[in-house]
Order: sequence, then C-alpha cells, then structure tokens
Amino acid sequence: MLRTQRSSPVRLERSYEYVEGWGMAVGAHSRVLRPRSVEQIVACLGMARRDGVPLALRGGGNSYGDASINARGHVLDISRMDRVLSFDPKTGLVEAEGGVTIEKLWKTILPHGWWPRVVPGTMFPTLAGAAAMNIHGKNNFAVGTIGDCIEEFDLVLPSGEVRTASRQREPDLFHAAIGGLGLLGVFSRLVLRTKQVHSGDLWSQGIATRNLREMLDYIEAHRATADYLVGWIDCFPAGERSGRGLIHEAHHLAEGEDPHPEQTLQLEHQELPTSILGVLPKAEVWRILRLFNHNAGMRLVNAAKYVAGRIEHHKGRFRQSHAGFSFLLDYVPNWKWAYGREPVRCGLIQYQPFLPRDAAHDVALDLLARCRKAGIVPFLGVVKRHRPDPFWLTHALDGWSLALDFKVTPQTRERLWRLCAELTEVVLGAGGRFYFAKDLVLGPHDAQRFLPADRLAAFRALKRELDPESLLATELSRRVLGW
Amino acid sequence: MADTSMTVSAATASPVREGPPGQRRAIVVGASSGIGAAIVRQLAREGYRVAALARRGAEIEDLARAAGSEAEPLGGFVRGTAHDVRAVEEVPALLERLVRELGGLDLFVYAAGVMSTIQPGEYDTAKDLDMLAINFAGCVAWCNEVAKLMGSQRCGTIVGISSIAGVRGRKGNPMYGSTKAAMTHYLESLRNRLADKRVHVCTIKPGYVDTVMTQGMKTFWLISADEAASTILAAARRRVNQRFVPWRWSFVALVLMLIPSFLFRRLSI
Repeated sequence: MLRTQRSSPVRLERSYEYVEGWGMAVGAHSRVLRPRSVEQIVACLGMARRDGVPLALRGGGNSYGDASINARGHVLDISRMDRVLSFDPKTGLVEAEGGVTIEKLWKTILPHGWWPRVVPGTMFPTLAGAAAMNIHGKNNFAVGTIGDCIEEFDLVLPSGEVRTASRQREPDLFHAAIGGLGLLGVFSRLVLRTKQVHSGDLWSQGIATRNLREMLDYIEAHRATADYLVGWIDCFPAGERSGRGLIHEAHHLAEGEDPHPEQTLQLEHQELPTSILGVLPKAEVWRILRLFNHNAGMRLVNAAKYVAGRIEHHKGRFRQSHAGFSFLLDYVPNWKWAYGREPVRCGLIQYQPFLPRDAAHDVALDLLARCRKAGIVPFLGVVKRHRPDPFWLTHALDGWSLALDFKVTPQTRERLWRLCAELTEVVLGAGGRFYFAKDLVLGPHDAQRFLPADRLAAFRALKRELDPESLLATELSRRVLGW
Repeated sequence: MADTSMTVSAATASPVREGPPGQRRAIVVGASSGIGAAIVRQLAREGYRVAALARRGAEIEDLARAAGSEAEPLGGFVRGTAHDVRAVEEVPALLERLVRELGGLDLFVYAAGVMSTIQPGEYDTAKDLDMLAINFAGCVAWCNEVAKLMGSQRCGTIVGISSIAGVRGRKGNPMYGSTKAAMTHYLESLRNRLADKRVHVCTIKPGYVDTVMTQGMKTFWLISADEAASTILAAARRRVNQRFVPWRWSFVALVLMLIPSFLFRRLSI
C-alpha cells in the first residue's frame, strides 16, 4: 500500500480571475476559491451562502462550454486537492481526492502495471470534474463511462455534511451525482477500479475508410474484440466521400507479449514527444496551426490528414504507448489558440450529438450536409461508439456520437448558433441526446426533450432535498435546466 | 430559440477587451503624489475609469475629486482608496472589489515607492526593510494578483515604476537601489511568464523627476511628473519592454554599467 500525507495550510486560497470554458467562447470574471481540504470546501460553501451568491464547481476547466462558469457568483476550483490517498497494486483500487488529475492518476499507477479504465482525450481533467460530467473514452462501447469504474465517493453537500455513496450505499445519490453536473455536492474523495496491463504499450492500427458507412461498419464489426476504437472524419467532402476518415483501433497486449514490460511501464517511455519533426518546439506549434485556421486551410489540412491516414493504413499494426494513443489532444500544447486567443470573440465550440444506433448513419450525414450547406464546416469530426449506463443525467446510449469542432468568430457566431439549433432539431427528432461537458448551444427546453422525464424529475427532487437554497449553480445549469 | 439568440448576442462582446474612452479601466497604486498622481491625471483626461490607491487617504480623495472632474465628461471616473501597500494580505480582496467597481481591468500601474535618506555610516535594518516592503514586496503582492487576473483573461498591461537607481550598486542608498534592481528583475520575469497570455509588462526606469523624492537633491535633466507620465503611458501602449524616462538616461545607464568596480567605488555617484 502506498500512502501519502500532507498537512493543509490554514489560509483558503482565493483570487479574482476570468474563468472561461475550454473552448474560450464563453467566460466570466469570478472569485476563484481553491480549497485544500474538506474543511476548506465547507468554508467555500459558507462564503457563497454569506455573500448570497451561487457557487460553481470547477475541476480542470476542460469542459468546452459553460459547465464550470458562473457569472453570478464564485467558483470553487478543486484542483488543489490533488492527493492520491492510497493505491493497492494487488487490486488496482485507487483512492484519491477530487482534484487529482487523470495525468496524476495514470502516472501513479502505471509503473505498478495498472491503467485507468476510462480516460478522455486529454489528461488534464480532474477526477471530480470527470465524475460530475461522467466522461468517457475511446472504449465507451466496451467498458462504459468513468462512472462505471467508480466504486465509491465522498460528496460534500451544500449543508456541509459529507456523505459517502456507492452502488449499495445511497444508490440514488451515487447515480445522480455521477453525471450530475456538480449540482449536488463536491466530490472530495473517490475510489476507482483500474485495469491491469502487461505492457506500457498498446497494439495500435490506423484503418482508412472511404466514407461514413465504411467507418461505422468497421467499428461495429470490431467492437467485440477491440479495446479502443475511435474514428476521425474529414467533414469537408460531400457525396460518396462524405465522412471519409481514419479509424484508430487499439488492443492491450496479453501477458508475455511484451518482453520488457518493466521498461515500457516506466513513465519515461510514455512521454509525448517534446518537439514536432524533431525541431519545432511543441509550445509554439499552435502558431503554425493558426496559419491554417480558416475554411480553405482546414480543407487542406483535413485532406492531407486523410492521405496520411491511407499511408498509415498500409503500415499495419504498431506498438504505441498508452499515453501516446490516449491523449491525442495533448500533443500540441494550447492548440486551441490556433482559433485565436481573444476570449469570447475567438474560440471553438464542440457540438456532440449522441445518435441511436440505427438512425446514426443517415442522421450524421444529414448533419454534415447541413453544415456544408450553411457554409460552416467543422474543422474536426470524431466518431465514437457508446453504450447505455445507469446514471440519471447520462448522455450515453446504444449508438454513436459525432463530435464536431466549430470555429467561433464574432462574424459567424450568430449564424453558427442558428445552425446548431437546426442540427439540434434533427438530432432530437431522431431520438438523440447531448453531452453537457461539450455543450454551449442548447436552449432552455432542449434538455427536457431528451432526458427521460422520470429521471429528470427525480434529479430535481434530490436537488431540492440536498440543496434547497440552490447554492450550487453554473451558467450551464441555468441555461439548460433553468436552475 | 429566442432565448438562445439572446445569450449569443450578450456573449459576443468581449468582457476583457480594451474599449473606447469611458470603458477603459486602470488601477494606479501609489497615486497620491509624483509620477503616480500624474498618471492618474492623464488617464482621467483620456476618460479612463481609474481606481487610485495611496496610503494618505485625504490626499488621494483630493486627487480623485480634481482628476475625476476631468474624466467625467468622457464617461470615466476616478475613485480614491486608502491602502498601505505594506498590508499585503489585503490585496486579493481589494483587487477583486476594485475590478468589480471598474467593470474589468486593462491597465495596472505600480508607482508606490519611497527613498529614505541613508547616512554614510548608517546601517538601519528597520529602515531598509520598510523600503523593501513598500518598493518591492508591495509590488510583488499586487503584480502577482494582477498577473493571475490578466493572464486568465489573456489581456492587459502591467506597468512598474522601477528606477535607473537599480542599474548599479551605488554606495549612496543600498536598499533603494536594491529594491529597484529586484523590481526590474521581477518585472522582466513576469513579462516573460505572461508573454504567451498576451499580457504586457512594461518596466519604467526614470531618471530625475520633479517629485517629493527628488526635493533637495542635486539633479540634472529634471523633468516634470506630467511629462514623465505621458512618456510612460506612451511606452506602455507601444508595448515597450523597458524604458528609461526620459530616453537619454539609457546612455547614462550604459556608461554606468561600463565603469569597472574599482573605479565605480571611488566615484561620488
């Protein structure tokens, strides 16, 4: 057993900052509180209550939209509570504070031969944020969301009471708080199951697909055997080539397949490259991407990526580190600055509908066609396969998600929002759903149309019981839930 | 749908972009006299919303009234606040209050500074540490909080009034020069830290400026505080990294740096 202890300082860290969504298209100035203990979390709740303002909960700030923004009050940033409390290398069970990041988690457990069961495309979210948004990874179809590998958590309720929940003990709170958008309480401690691995590498393979049909068919045919499947699509071409792209499929190595696991499990083996093509310092690469950040440039970049994908296709399978395969979004630091650095006026939104299995292909093509027709083509498209889970406000379903990155500019903003509203009608009409960690465009009544009425009502009742004064609120909660 | 489009148009205006007169916002620390007061007066004339801070409450109120009347026709205002920069623990809450009142922050100026007279045989730790607290510790306490704010909004300018006195370790006033050398060094680091965040840090190194500090000194090339203020603000707008004020002092600095130590210690500078 590995245990660490650190005494917490007396003073509660506070500052006044501009707090923005990861996509930079929304933000507000707020007092940011960074507690280091449960006592300080309680102090934050008390401060918001005394000041008569709502408190928004924030983790790594990686939600694209307004999930952790609060123009009307304070923000509690959990990231200073970053201790891994215990890890058992025999069972792979990790107990950690809510501010521990995915990065700290994998770096703690990998040398012992374990890997998080669910990781997103970036390693910077905190466990508390990941639990509140019920994040998923490239293996959602196989293992579910992060909620599915959480065994137990402590939630600091707005009253200051700390309640422990698991599937057996307080199952309602367990299934409501995971994916509960941080509206019920603060995740101060979580216990997670992790996955035993026999190598620091995965078998990875690129499969180029000529259109969306080919991509979905391939993923569908391989989801029983693959550990990870994710598809990138080029959103620019129309017709037969619409949805052309590249699938990345990965498998864990079986025991004994890696002759030197003691080497590949070391953290040095996992380091992402520090320069691109050996010469360009990564920290400056966004400046080059910036040159291509317009329709013509991105049409070119997407086409080049597709050609590169066809070449990768012929390379066959190769070994790639877990970090290298999982955290694609972290290869180029601050790549989002390619969209500009001026808050709100520049930035990106991700529009990610979740589509039921049978309707997905046609609806996805329809959405892409509507984007092209509107002249607002996503610069990036990502396809993933999902499965349902038992969490009350979950986005997941038996089907597919299509994540689309749109550039935001002052000139296109209003047109873009209109386009998204049009797409939303199509998605909801087809029985689709949305994922709040990505959202910035849903209107006040859209959530009620896709969240099951009984679950939404139960969530609302629990919210009233645990937070009768509505102390916990965000721009997202006010926008999509009205509270 | 009506509701969403409302949200959109409300969000389109950048909450952090420097606006037209009446919508620009500045905080000046150390504003009751000298260069700080002159900067407040000039910002007021340009229609800024200014929060002017100084230890001497009555003087800062007078300045706020006088300068405020010039700002108001353009939509700006000047608010005076009594604050002792040695009370570093007050800074986070005070900054938050001021930025809320101003409706944001585009420009921060740290102009607080004192120079005690040190006799040739005097080694007074209390006196030295007081200078350290006002000239340097206060600067760090304010700039750190402002850096967090401006870095997070990827917009803003920080101006620190250092001094040519920080260029060499003269025998005259060891602590004053040290605090200014430290400030110059700290501001350079801050500038490099914040470069990626589009925040500019401008280090000002004045020579002799006609203020309380230079009264009774043997001076040359003396300029008025108002002249200094307009040079400083112009430099900040041009995003100059560091500027001697007036400019000709850069030659003096160059010469000072070139004098070898054995000679320097024999000179009465």
